Amino acid sequence: MKKIKGINDFVVKFANVNGTGSASANHLFAKAIFRMGIPVSPRNIFPSNIQGLPTWYEVRVSAKGYLGRRGGVDLMVCVNPQSMEKDVASVEPGGYFVYDSTKPLAPHLKRDDIHYFGIPFTQMCMREYPNPRLQQLLKNVVYVGALAAFLDIDFSVLKGLLNDQFKGKERLISSNVHALEMGYHYARDHFKCPLPIRLKKGGNSAPHIRESEHILMNGNTAAALGAIYGGATVAAWYPITPSTSVVDAFSQYAERMRIDPGSGKRNFAVVQAEDELAAIGVAIGAGWNGVRAFTATSGPGLSLMSEFLGLAYFAEIPVVLIDVQRSGPSTGMPTRSQQSDILAAAYASHGDTKQVLLFPATPRECFDMTADAFDLTERLQTPVILMSDLDLGMNDWMSPPLEWDDDYQMDRGKVLDAQQLDEVEKWGRYLDVDGDGICYRTLPGTHPDKGAYFTRGSSKNEMAVYSESGDDYVQNVDRLLRKFETAKKYVPRPKTHDPIPVKNPKTDLKLGALFFGTSASPSYEAVEMLAKEGYPIDTMRIRAFPFHASMDAFIHSHDLVFVIEQNRDGQMRRLIINECEIPPGKLVSVLNYSGTPITARKIARIIRETLQSDDAKANVVPLHSETV
Amino acid sequence: MSYIKPKFRHPRLQKNALGFTVADYDGAISTLCAGCGHDSISAAIRNACFESAIPPHRIAKVSGIGCSSKMPTYFLGKSHGFNSVHGRMPSVATGASLANRALTYIGVSGDGDTASIGMGQFIHLIRRNVNMTYIVANNGCYGLTKGQDSATADLGSVAKGGAVNPFDGIDLASLAILQGASFVGRSFSGDKEQLEPLIRAAMAHNGFAFIDVVSPCVTFNNHTGSTKSYSNTREHLEPMALDFVPMREEIRTQYAEGSTQSVTLHDGSVIHLHKADSGYKTDDRMGALNAIQSGNDADRILTGLLYLDPNSKDLNTNLNLATRPLNELGRRELCPGSKVLDSINEGLR
Repeated sequence: MKKIKGINDFVVKFANVNGTGSASANHLFAKAIFRMGIPVSPRNIFPSNIQGLPTWYEVRVSAKGYLGRRGGVDLMVCVNPQSMEKDVASVEPGGYFVYDSTKPLAPHLKRDDIHYFGIPFTQMCMREYPNPRLQQLLKNVVYVGALAAFLDIDFSVLKGLLNDQFKGKERLISSNVHALEMGYHYARDHFKCPLPIRLKKGGNSAPHIRESEHILMNGNTAAALGAIYGGATVAAWYPITPSTSVVDAFSQYAERMRIDPGSGKRNFAVVQAEDELAAIGVAIGAGWNGVRAFTATSGPGLSLMSEFLGLAYFAEIPVVLIDVQRSGPSTGMPTRSQQSDILAAAYASHGDTKQVLLFPATPRECFDMTADAFDLTERLQTPVILMSDLDLGMNDWMSPPLEWDDDYQMDRGKVLDAQQLDEVEKWGRYLDVDGDGICYRTLPGTHPDKGAYFTRGSSKNEMAVYSESGDDYVQNVDRLLRKFETAKKYVPRPKTHDPIPVKNPKTDLKLGALFFGTSASPSYEAVEMLAKEGYPIDTMRIRAFPFHASMDAFIHSHDLVFVIEQNRDGQMRRLIINECEIPPGKLVSVLNYSGTPITARKIARIIRETLQSDDAKANVVPLHSETV
Repeated sequence: MSYIKPKFRHPRLQKNALGFTVADYDGAISTLCAGCGHDSISAAIRNACFESAIPPHRIAKVSGIGCSSKMPTYFLGKSHGFNSVHGRMPSVATGASLANRALTYIGVSGDGDTASIGMGQFIHLIRRNVNMTYIVANNGCYGLTKGQDSATADLGSVAKGGAVNPFDGIDLASLAILQGASFVGRSFSGDKEQLEPLIRAAMAHNGFAFIDVVSPCVTFNNHTGSTKSYSNTREHLEPMALDFVPMREEIRTQYAEGSTQSVTLHDGSVIHLHKADSGYKTDDRMGALNAIQSGNDADRILTGLLYLDPNSKDLNTNLNLATRPLNELGRRELCPGSKVLDSINEGLR
């Protein structure tokens, strides 16, 4: 029988029951690989439930540093009888299946093309530990011990992690180490270890991973730190998966870093609001009054915030919104990832609105872009929305370390203080003095008799006086459009890479791929796979809306451009068609909207099939042949 | 309706402690219907701010949507104002107050804006005890959409078209007391003798101060059969007279023994209550609720300072917020710097 082989290149998946303490054992496994210097990307695939339902943890190990999902499972660790049938079926031929053999495996779960390793985890733990809770918790540690034998995990690294985790609690350390050893020895004694798939310390061959000393963190924590470093002082929110940990982390860091040394009082405020409407209302009220304020939410919250986002757009109030996207619409699947709020966010609210969006792809970008978002929102006097998602926000990602320039100066934008108000000849809140669509604002309480104005939605003139004149309205919304043009200068530019050389290309077409956020990592991998097959594809990673002019150029200079994203309707593709002067037929959607993150294999398959289809061959005329 | 505001002011207008005249607290000319109760409330707010000598620019006005929420344009033209979203002024006020605790916040809302679309935010504003004065101009109907009943319309009140309201009205004052509001007053737009000192006391109060003001709608709800008309309100009013003496000001008036009682606010200001039955206790929550409900049952509108907790702790205090306004903090106070970040990185390896 075939055996899947590979050093530092495989996928392990754990099938657990949620609420049984598996998360920390699984994290221990992933972190050990990370500490061995091997690129690793773990993902929680979990139900919207507290206890009792199936939950999975998928760990990709990739010497080449691919951090997106590959697709397929090489080694399945199954400790949940509920999901066993599907779990058995999901293993690649030649793969490995580790299961709890306390009860014999049902005959219908036997496949003849995969390798079985039965370990009586439950029985071992019942014999070893008197306490039922301990039996349940340590069972997870026992299978990590077995994996240490199967995959050659450095045992001292595991011990070191337990020491870090349970610092000062010697009894916990020794009981965990004992459980690890129990699993390790059982596997060693009963099976040939290690397996043909295994780890090798320091076998890291990915240049972009080697470049800097990496960290392992999730995007929500990184965004929270970005808000701390960006100078946010007011956070208002309503709990919603998967964004909850953004404000949780912000509160925790703020309690450490934002206490006034003299008085012991807080230099920040966190308000858990009654709903998302209030959450963004608090942030907008605070932004209007001159602080950096933010809220974090997910799809349903974004819908609720739409009215206020329109007001903030028209009233030109700085506010940052962190949208950690999940499957929609409405409650959708709250614990499943998608990139499906693109259109709802880009045009959030009624009337003519366009919102500034940022698309981070790594925790490092969650940090940088959140901090930058506060500069952007105050510079542009308009809401800025960070478009993260569950996959990025809640999973641990290897990321370059966070960096901070101590010479950083906040860009507070065009705000007049009392002295400037005295010096300025004529001031009107909505006078476009500089021609960039951005006007000078004032804060309440600044000057005894200058600079006061009444903030309202759309009915106003340049002097902020109430007006329902059509001319005033048109002038105002046209200026807002001018401001949106100005935004292009400030938002992060898209990223391109040198094309991968392809020796004997199978196509004359000039191919491109556009993607963003968590679709990026598997897209880069798919592009490399396809390059090997003879399909050269240029890439561009979108990082912001409004789109940069170089994206139009990219689309114009290619025959076919694949837009890779995680929603049903190809929302980014539609946004591009809406906003750019490009022939829509050039843009081909590559979609995944099952709720689990898109895989490199799926992207490659869709692109390959498209290129091999008769349609593509017949209908697409290469650009360079036209110019002949 | 006038549409040009006369600029003439008496040359010897009285000045307050800061040297401002009442004209310094004026706003733009009102565009509400002539005779609208709301204009009297605007005047009362203007006069209260003048009398209490608050620098106009140190006041921030916030409102939601509706006739009531247009009001902030018509007073305090030297103050910043924010006409926000229907029913959502409480959240905007909360954020503004957190950003700069040093300003005085006046929120103006209506019965639709507060008791219907904004009920959720209103209740939570009370719960958080945001330091502000919140005035509801209560006329029992929707003016801008032409006279529909609001949620505060009384049971049995007759609408202009003749329909009798079959629903119990929401009594905002009772609701506020029940939810733990630390300052609850009720008044009538036509009773400036009472309304002005009540607003002054509300602004001096440390915490959320709520005033429900019956403010008749002359266009849609001022006819026979309406319980919120001028005549019906006057007929059934049971006012509690009061004076307000700000902190550091000498009490000059002499009151007859037993006819008044004094309530001292957190900042040292004093409110004198005059009432035939001076046994009313403003610090008795159950008593206040009883008095309001008994009044409602007897078709009497009890107005005055209904409940006060002078020791209330506002949101800023409960959040242990720094004394210095958050909007004055800069990079030095807010940004932990690269060394701290390095140690965070270290913990993530």
